[in-house]
Amino acid sequence: MQRKKECVAMLLAGGQGSRLYALTNKIAKPAVPFGAKYRIIDFPLSNCINSGIDTVGVLTQYEPLELNEYVGNGQPWDLDRSFGGVHILSPYQAKKKSSWYEGTANAIYQNMNFMKKYNPDYVLILSGDHIYKMDYAAMLNAHKKTGADCTIAAIEVPIEEASRFGILNVNDDGSIYQFEEKPKKPKSNLASMGIYIFTADKLYKYLEADDQNPSSSKDFGKDVLPTMLNAGEKMFSYIFKGYWKDVGTISSLWESNMDLLGSEPAFDVADPDWKIHSRSPLAPPVYVGTTGKVVNSMIALGCEINGLVERSVLSCNVVVEKGAVVRDSVIMANTVVKSGATVNYSIVDENVVIEAATVGEAKEAAQGIAVLGAGITISAGAKVKGGEILDKDYKGE
Amino acid sequence: MASSTLGIIFSNIQEKNVPELSKRRTMASIPFAGRYRLIDFGLSNMVNAGITAVGIVTKNNYQSLIDHLGSGKDWDLARKGGGIILLPPYSSEMEAPYTTRLEALMGVSGFLSSRREEYVVIYDCDGVARIDLADMLRFHEENNADVTMAYSEQNTIESHYFMTIEPDQTGRVKRVNITPRVDGKTKFNLYINVMIIKREYLLDILQAAVQRGQTSFGRDILAKNVDDMRIFGYKFDGYYAGIDSLQGYFKHSMEQLDKKVRDELYGARDIYTKVGDTAPTKYLEGAVVKNSLIADGCTIEGTVENSILFRGVKVGKGTVIKNSVIMQKTVIGSNVKLDSVITDKNVVIRDRRNLSGCAELPYFVAKGTML
Repeated sequence: MQRKKECVAMLLAGGQGSRLYALTNKIAKPAVPFGAKYRIIDFPLSNCINSGIDTVGVLTQYEPLELNEYVGNGQPWDLDRSFGGVHILSPYQAKKKSSWYEGTANAIYQNMNFMKKYNPDYVLILSGDHIYKMDYAAMLNAHKKTGADCTIAAIEVPIEEASRFGILNVNDDGSIYQFEEKPKKPKSNLASMGIYIFTADKLYKYLEADDQNPSSSKDFGKDVLPTMLNAGEKMFSYIFKGYWKDVGTISSLWESNMDLLGSEPAFDVADPDWKIHSRSPLAPPVYVGTTGKVVNSMIALGCEINGLVERSVLSCNVVVEKGAVVRDSVIMANTVVKSGATVNYSIVDENVVIEAATVGEAKEAAQGIAVLGAGITISAGAKVKGGEILDKDYKGE
Repeated sequence: MASSTLGIIFSNIQEKNVPELSKRRTMASIPFAGRYRLIDFGLSNMVNAGITAVGIVTKNNYQSLIDHLGSGKDWDLARKGGGIILLPPYSSEMEAPYTTRLEALMGVSGFLSSRREEYVVIYDCDGVARIDLADMLRFHEENNADVTMAYSEQNTIESHYFMTIEPDQTGRVKRVNITPRVDGKTKFNLYINVMIIKREYLLDILQAAVQRGQTSFGRDILAKNVDDMRIFGYKFDGYYAGIDSLQGYFKHSMEQLDKKVRDELYGARDIYTKVGDTAPTKYLEGAVVKNSLIADGCTIEGTVENSILFRGVKVGKGTVIKNSVIMQKTVIGSNVKLDSVITDKNVVIRDRRNLSGCAELPYFVAKGTML
C-alpha cells in the first residue's frame, strides 16, 4: 500500500510584505514577530497541527534565512514527522529550467512533486500573513460534504470596506457564481480569506493548464480560480466566523497586537483549547523593578522593566530603564529603551537602542505610527515624529 | 572536555531537608526562580561545559521529573549514544531501591562500566550555582587528583547530612568531616555535592566497597581514605544557594530578586529548562508589580511586591501579594492578602483570604490545596 496523507497544506510564505516597510527589510513577512512571543507564521502552522494536518510545505522566496531558521525541523509545532511534517520549499533549479516563483499559482505548480509524494486527496492553500484561529478540518468536512472541487474560506466584512478585498458572490447554497477582485461597487460583503481547499486532481489539472497559458499572471485569485469557475467547476464558499486580521500593514499589525490586551481580548492567544505553538525563546522570568510600572500590557520572558509600560506589547529581553516611558507601542526582542526615553504609538523592531530620545507622539495627537527598523540607535535628544519610518541610526536634525 | 566526561545527577539525595516540597516530587524537580526546576542548574552547567551524556539516578516520586525532562531536547540532550539517560532504581545489581549514595552508585555500576568517558561528574540537585565544570575538570587534571570536591565557604547550614572538607594550601584535602557541629559564626568549607572522579577509579571503589560491605560513600570511602586517595578541594567563589530547608528555599528564592545574583546565574550563559507553549503574561488595568520576577502565562490584576510568580498564576483585583513565592497555576482570587507565603503548584486561594508567615517561617500551602 502506498502511504498517503489525506490533506497536504501549502503555505505561501514568500511575500516581501513591502507595506511593512522597515520591518521586512531583512525578513519575510511571515517571520515578523507578533504578540510578544510569536511570529505571524505560528498562527497558520498552529492551525494546521490543531486541525490534524501534519504535512505542510512552506514556500519561501524573499529573505528566507530567518524564516528557515525559525521553522527549523518543525518540532515546536509537533511537525517533525518521519512521513510528512513541515518542509521549507524554496525555488530550485530543475533540469529543463529554473526560475523564481512567479505568482502564487506558479509557486504551488513548481512544487507539484512535493504534493504528489504524499498522494493527497485534498490540498489546502494558506497564506502567511494573517492572525486567526481556524479549524481547517471543519472546512475540509464542508468541502467533502458539498463535493466541491474548490472551497474558498470567506469572512463577512463591513460593506464599506468590501472594495479592498476579493469578493465572492454566492448562491443560497454557498456555491460561488462570481468573483470580483476589489470591486468598486461590491454586490456582497463576503471577502475571500486567501484560504483554499482543492480536490487534488483538479488542482494539478488547472495548475498545469495555467502554466501553459502565456497570458496568465499565474495567480490563484486572478487566474486559476476564475478559470475554474468559467469551466463550470463546483466552487463553494466556506464562511468563517471569528477573529481574522491581515497584518500586512503597519497600522493593522499594530492594531492586531493591541487586540491581545485586556481581560476580554478581541483575540486570545492563551486559549487552552486552541494552543498557539511557537519556538519559545530561552529566557529567565520578567523582572519588574521597584520603579517599574506595567499596566494593560503583555510582556514576554526576559524583559527587565524599571520604567513605565502602558498599553504595550513587549517581546523577549526588552529592557525599559528607570525613567523611560513606553505607551501604546509594540517593542520587539532585545530592544533597550534607556532612561529618559519616551516611546509613544510606535512599532520598534528587534535590537534597537533608544537613548534619551522621543519616539512617536501621543496616540491621540499623532500623525501615524512611528516605526524603527531592526538594529538601529536613536541618539539622545533626537525626536522621531509620529508616522516616521527609520531604518538607519538617527541622531536628530 | 566534550566527550571525555559523563554526568551523573542524583535526583533524590538531600530531599529529606525539604519534605514539604519533595513530598510529591524529587529534589531535582522542585520549582525555583519562577521558571526553573533545581535540576536545570546542574544540567545546564554540564551542557555548558560540553557534556553530552548525563545519567540521572532516580529513586521514587520521579513522574514530575520524567515529565520535565522529556526527551532532553530542551537541554540539547536528545543525542545519539548519550543525552539524558534515566536510571531507575530497580537495576539488576540491586534487589531493592538504594538507601545511600554508595548503594545508588553500585546500582548503576553496570551503566558506568558500559560508558567510555574518562571522567564522571557527580552532581546533586540541592544547590543552585553556576559552576564552570570545564574549569573544575582542568583543576582535577592539573592536580592529577583521584577525586575533586567542589566547596564553598559558608557559616550556616540546616542540612540533615553534609560534609565539610579541610584542604591544605595546595588544595589537597586532609580531612573530610561528616555533618560536624556548626556554630553559625565560624566559616567552614562546605562540600557542595559536586564531584569529579575518574570513571574507572570509581568502578574500582565500588567493587571494593561491595566486597567490604561498605555503605557510605562519605564516611567509609572519602573520610577514611584522605591519606591514600588524592582528594582535592575546588573552591567555588560564586553565588551558591543550598536548598537545605524550607526556610533556606525561601531565602534563596528571594535572593533571585537581586540583579547581581540574576546576572551571575542567568547572564553569561543560558540556564536551559523545559519550554512550552505558554502565552506571555498579561498585566491588566490596576496591576502593580514591584521588585518581582514574573514567569509567562500569568494574569495580574492586583499588587505583587517582592515576590516570585511561576507560570500561569492568576492574581485577582484588589489582591496584595508581598514577599511570597507563588508556584505554577496558583489561582488567587480578589482582595486576598498574602505575606511571606509559599504556595505549591495548583493552589486555589479564594477571595478575601488573608495569609501570612514571616521570613524565618514562611506560610506553606501544599500542592493542590484549596483555601
